[in-house]
Amino acid sequence: MPASRAETLRTVGEAPFAAKLGMGIVLAYLAVAIFAPLLAPFSQSEIVGGPYEAASARSWLGTDALGRDFLTRILYGIRNTVGIALITTVVTFLFGAFFGLLAAVRGGWVDQLLSRIVDILMSIPALIFKLLLLSIAGASIVNLILIVAFVDSTRVFRLSRAAAGDVAVMEYIEAARLRGENLLSLMFRETLPNIIAPLAAEFGVRFSFVFLVISSLSFLGIGIQPPAADLGSMVRENAALISFGRITPLIPAFCIGLLTIGVNFMVDWLLHLTSGLKD
Amino acid sequence: MTTKPLVEISDLKIEGLRGREWTPIIKGESLALEPGKVLGLVGESGAGKSTLGLAAMGYVRPGCRIAGGRISFDGTDITNAPEPVLRALWGKRIAYVAQSAAASFNPAHRILRQHCEAPRDRGTDKTLDPRQDAVDLYTRMRLPDPEHIGFRFPHQVSGGQLQRMMTAMAMACRPDLIIFDEPTTALDVTTQIEVLESIRRIVREFGTSAIYITHDLAVVAQMADAIKVMRHGETVEEGPVRQMLHDPQQDYTKSLWSVRALRADAPPAFAEGAKPAIELRDASASYGPVRVLEDINFSVAPGRTMAIVGESGSGKSTLARVVCGLLPPDTGEVRVKGAVLAPDYRARSTEGLRSVQLIYQMADTALNPRKTVGELIGRPASLYLGLRGAALRQRVRELMEMVQLDPDGLMAARPSDLSGGQKQRVGIARALAADPSVIICDEVTSALDQIVAVEVLKLLAEIQRDLGVTYLFITHDFEVVEAIAHDVTVMQNGRIVAQGPKAKVLNAPHHPYVAELLSAVPQRDKNWLSRVSKARRANAKDQER
Repeated sequence: MPASRAETLRTVGEAPFAAKLGMGIVLAYLAVAIFAPLLAPFSQSEIVGGPYEAASARSWLGTDALGRDFLTRILYGIRNTVGIALITTVVTFLFGAFFGLLAAVRGGWVDQLLSRIVDILMSIPALIFKLLLLSIAGASIVNLILIVAFVDSTRVFRLSRAAAGDVAVMEYIEAARLRGENLLSLMFRETLPNIIAPLAAEFGVRFSFVFLVISSLSFLGIGIQPPAADLGSMVRENAALISFGRITPLIPAFCIGLLTIGVNFMVDWLLHLTSGLKD
Repeated sequence: MTTKPLVEISDLKIEGLRGREWTPIIKGESLALEPGKVLGLVGESGAGKSTLGLAAMGYVRPGCRIAGGRISFDGTDITNAPEPVLRALWGKRIAYVAQSAAASFNPAHRILRQHCEAPRDRGTDKTLDPRQDAVDLYTRMRLPDPEHIGFRFPHQVSGGQLQRMMTAMAMACRPDLIIFDEPTTALDVTTQIEVLESIRRIVREFGTSAIYITHDLAVVAQMADAIKVMRHGETVEEGPVRQMLHDPQQDYTKSLWSVRALRADAPPAFAEGAKPAIELRDASASYGPVRVLEDINFSVAPGRTMAIVGESGSGKSTLARVVCGLLPPDTGEVRVKGAVLAPDYRARSTEGLRSVQLIYQMADTALNPRKTVGELIGRPASLYLGLRGAALRQRVRELMEMVQLDPDGLMAARPSDLSGGQKQRVGIARALAADPSVIICDEVTSALDQIVAVEVLKLLAEIQRDLGVTYLFITHDFEVVEAIAHDVTVMQNGRIVAQGPKAKVLNAPHHPYVAELLSAVPQRDKNWLSRVSKARRANAKDQER
């Protein structure tokens, strides 16, 4: 791992092209997410013209079904969806990795209990489960984040438990136990650094999934609530336009796809760095 | 002799990619191996002996390249030959026997099936039924129940048997050349004898040429016709076995024998009435229903070294687990300086945990790969002694100097940056950081080269002289016992068969098992293997009667 800032810069500079591309994409999205209100020509719920207008000098990408500026909606859609997806993924990992590590390092009945609970949760189809919980708790951004994170964290639990299980039987963990390290120290100081590689890979994939899940939930009307823009529902709302030969619905879809690819390029490279494996 | 050499390597240069630069691994080596001859390649790890051995089959490891020179096998140039050409040779005319047979067999398939793969695919002699032939080879390798042993899975046979089956498999296509890469290094001394003898016999019976790679000069002396000693990718000395044994010219070759020259200092005088540093009383332990330790008693006085010796499966490592509290004994107790320690480590006080430290055999797996050397060594010091900040850094520096590691250069290094010997030194420093009364050394030198092992042993002896720690030294190697122990406990099948001061136990072994173990230590004598094998067979016959 790079130690100093200069070294970090050098490591980044020496990254392969795909990784640089991935970093560029992710940085661009972050910039858009942060500066959306400055970049967008209008506000996200403002009606600027007639429905389904073609591209013009005023609306570079045309307007949607209600006559809102499509470019503005895209920029805000990125802000909303990326922000929520990122927070959700982070919460998913905090949840899942904590309990996965706990189960693997503590073992015994704690492991049994947690693993069986996760088995039960995983046996319920994820989307239906999320729908159910969301309709009980009511659709709000916080509920959306917590519920998606809770259900998805079962997958992260499985992964981190399996990865940490391999590490927990190593002699250096035995040495740490014999040293009298407490449970938290065993989990986070000794085990976690050794399972960062699979977790990082999972983070990239999970982020993309969360992105799609939020879009599907929005489609069902309980995700991000209108008039807030989000990329998933924009694909759906404008889907009919494809039969008229317009590419409008493809633009938000492309935004989702591009970010997914960018994140995965970056994660692949990080993985390569942290694993310390030369080829 | 004017026979054409089977393998001829001339001025071979191999380079490996380190970071972004090509660094030489083999610096212009030449060798010629005549049909039916056995060449021994000896050297420390990193000497390039494995690389050279593999090059003889036209193979270079990924990340390496041939930078110059020529390799020819049976008259054809195989330098940088395309893979199909090489593949036609490998398995059929050239076979390879790796150090770890367990890692070389696929654990998911029965051994016989793996054995038959090569002869079925590319065997020259189509009349030979691979299955029948396997049984024949197993018989020749003196494996028990040769008719059926092939139907077992790799984990169902012992390490020594597996290594012999690996050799049998290499023989399946009757190759012209076999490369043995440290085939007995991972085995017990007594098992090693059987494997060495089987290998030697089968190689002679079939008139196969072989390159035998090892770090043990005594072993290679039994197997080879000529020996080539390598260091840093270059030949130090080469010649016929007899000359290399009795009249080595180079200092380096002589130093390969130096383990045998190391002798323990006189132990400190035994203070009357002093409490033993560590004591085990009537300890018995089991894994589930299986008893693995039976009535173990011993006590070690402060500042002395007790060696626990035995073959694998004798219970010596289990003993270490009992002392550490990883395996609570069924009966009996562990005392350190007279105080009883809880049977389970989880119930032990911090003080109790601190007083017994363990150094592992494999420093690779015993050091957390994500931590720096400074963190690894510093952790016990901050955990037990509450050192922080500058005081902690100072202590880590002291410890690193004590184990002869450069504090400035290596403090921020991670285990993967270190050599095997350096890793083991970190393990030692980490144990010392706790300021323990007793250090358990579990086969600490068996994963190291002889020369590195000697240095580690010297270091341990020095530390004992300076700090007066007590060692419990678990080993299967009598050279190590001679080098460092004051007292010896010999174990077999979970019981103690002999115990006492070293001189008494080793010089006049009154127990036949001890005598057998001692005779199995390779000697610097070309006829040692034949002599020992003969004696063992005679013994076995006696017992039958």
